[in-house]
Amino acid sequence: MDPVNYLYLAALLFTIGAFGVLIRRNAIVVFMCIELMLNAANLTLVAFSRMHGNLDGQIMAFFVMVVAAAEVVVGLAIIVMLYRSRHSASVDDASLMKL
Amino acid sequence: MSTLASTTSSAEAVQFWLLGGIAVAGALGTVLLRRAVHAALCLAGTMIILAIFYLANGAYFLGVVQIVVYTGAVMMLFLFVLMLVGVSAADSLKETLKGQRLMAAICALGLGILLVAGIGQAALGTFTGIERANEAQGGNVPSIAERLFTEYVVAFEVTGVLLTIAAVGATMLTHRERTEMAKSQRQQAEERTRSDHLPPLPAPGVYALHNAVDRPGLLPDGTPSELTVSPTLRARNQIREVSPEKLNQVAALEQRTADYHGQPRYGQRSQGVAGGTDQGRAGAEQDSPTEDQVRVEPGHKPGDGESDHGQSSGEEAR
Repeated sequence: MDPVNYLYLAALLFTIGAFGVLIRRNAIVVFMCIELMLNAANLTLVAFSRMHGNLDGQIMAFFVMVVAAAEVVVGLAIIVMLYRSRHSASVDDASLMKL
Repeated sequence: MSTLASTTSSAEAVQFWLLGGIAVAGALGTVLLRRAVHAALCLAGTMIILAIFYLANGAYFLGVVQIVVYTGAVMMLFLFVLMLVGVSAADSLKETLKGQRLMAAICALGLGILLVAGIGQAALGTFTGIERANEAQGGNVPSIAERLFTEYVVAFEVTGVLLTIAAVGATMLTHRERTEMAKSQRQQAEERTRSDHLPPLPAPGVYALHNAVDRPGLLPDGTPSELTVSPTLRARNQIREVSPEKLNQVAALEQRTADYHGQPRYGQRSQGVAGGTDQGRAGAEQDSPTEDQVRVEPGHKPGDGESDHGQSSGEEAR
């Protein structure tokens, strides 16, 4: 098997994640789709790291994981706060600045 | 698994095609399943499979971190927040923007074609394999550590600061300031003594057919009392109705029980006639109170009259 297949799989997962961000209304599910995209990017980094025989890709993926963890914490806190004030986690309901 | 060949084995190919399909199915489930909990579980499955792929690619440290951090911490955090927000909430299928889904599908398709074409066009060079880099310091973890704490040490420190800020930020965002003083126990006791209702509130549902907390208890005259249900449920309008049919059923059941034991009940059937008990049993088997009443009433006319008489005589005595 050509290891490039990992890159194709990552591209597919990234595309599915982007599609989910576009069509879903529940803020938490949108967030999960973003996580899926981050994971796909990580898979790309790890696969490239193996292709080039170089650990830099793995370290980048590690940093992506750390940043994603921090992002999840803050993002979920924001969603909880939104839910408290609007009693809904739907992105459609946060339309206060809409004309 | 300790020595990875520089080309992938056929076993890895089998693993890739098998697990890759499941990973894509999990991703599709994340996007397409209506309930957020199902989506989260699908995503957790996809992440575990990605962890296996990391392991297969020689990134042993990242594979374990993926399981511990992503499926163990991040996805569980997602599930906790889902519980906080409401597990049963399902997305509505109504499109608020016209044609949005079609446009999104077209965009996603375009992005996918772009990415795949890009990978197909790229000159990716020769395949080296990770094992030499892994063995440089005697293993994957020492090699990563050596890089992390020399070349990337500044980035490492900065991510430490980032994590601290994230933790503090999340605490600040979800913290709610108390706007009034908390009542002391003494204040609470005094307030309660001054209020109309001193004893504990009546329990829900004990006189009704069910003992669930959202069923109001019945007052002696048979009307449901809202006071018996917790104020939270009252505020949310989540009190379950005790339907009149159910109340009638309870009354009929009590009637039949009384009949069976030959006891007078509500003054309606004072003397159990020989045929009366049989009729009562037949009614109990059929389990239809209205029919039971209809059939019993003509047979018990004298009984009714008697009870009326008894009542009136009691009133006279009073």
